Amino acid sequence: MSAESHEIHHDGEHEGMTKKKIWQIALVLSIITAIEFIIALLIVPGHPDYLRYANPAYIFLTLLKAFFIVAYFMHLKFEKMGLVLSIIVPILFIVGLILVLTNESHHWIDLRR
Amino acid sequence: MSTAAVSQIDEVKTTPWSGGRSPFNVEYGKIMMWFFLLSDAFTFSSLLISYGALRFSAAVWPAADKVFQSVPFLKESGAPLVFVGIMTFILILSSVTMVMAVEAGHRNAKKEVFWWMVATIVGGFMFLGCQALEWSHLHHEGFWWGSTPGKDELKLLFNGGTEAVQHLTAQEFANLFFTITGFHGFHVFTGVIINIIITVNVLKGTYENRGSYLMVEKVGLYWHFVDLVWVFVFTFFYLV
Repeated sequence: MSAESHEIHHDGEHEGMTKKKIWQIALVLSIITAIEFIIALLIVPGHPDYLRYANPAYIFLTLLKAFFIVAYFMHLKFEKMGLVLSIIVPILFIVGLILVLTNESHHWIDLRR
Repeated sequence: MSTAAVSQIDEVKTTPWSGGRSPFNVEYGKIMMWFFLLSDAFTFSSLLISYGALRFSAAVWPAADKVFQSVPFLKESGAPLVFVGIMTFILILSSVTMVMAVEAGHRNAKKEVFWWMVATIVGGFMFLGCQALEWSHLHHEGFWWGSTPGKDELKLLFNGGTEAVQHLTAQEFANLFFTITGFHGFHVFTGVIINIIITVNVLKGTYENRGSYLMVEKVGLYWHFVDLVWVFVFTFFYLV
């Protein structure tokens, strides 16, 4: 295993993460988290109506963080397109489950009454 | 034998998908780690989506900034979301130290890999410690699988709703919170154990002799996934 894996390993290694890049991504993740806290602790408490906009904002920021972690920390951005697709495309099933169950939960509201 | 004698069908193809090597240009174990993480993503998604569905169908839900108010040893209440913020930063930082270990592995720098791995393990233990404090705090408030605080205490954790509804959704909240953060905490715990094993191997020189620190990359994938899941758990339990 070792000899072969070593070769494979070296092929895709060159376009990777440098120390500088790693700290940049870490800074981006920290800033996004800080923005989430600013929304949750400073903006929303005074204005309950803003909750409507806050929740989509949280979800957007979360997905943004997920992108940075998967693309850079997990190195997926630098892998072959075939691998990227075989990881990303099945995630569509999760989207399907979200759609089905959020729809279903609206009926549960009526059941609970 | 001249090349003319080889018929077209017998020619050896060297395109990525004609066999003999990984079309993804990734070592077998790493692909398997990716597919395991994909299946794990389905498990966590199912749990989180069930949580979402139950919460959507509830009239009221315990307000996160009222339930999570304490910073252990410093403040009993009045500091909403501060402690979970600390936990989130700890996990992000331990993810950073993990990529640093992987980066050092590419340079075959044994000592650096070792110390970055140690930092990652320390981060993992710190997170687990925080998680334990968070659990014990909620447990002392009266939340647990199958139990909630009394109705007078519950009133303080909600923005409206009748007593019966508050009791019902508080129970759902408690069950889901302990199940999902518990499952995540179990992943963190496993990750720390695996990281320790890998660190011992680094120290023993296993990967130096092998000529590649690919194992560090593979456990790194798992560790980042644990961080990734926390990003979602954090959003859906503490922010939304």
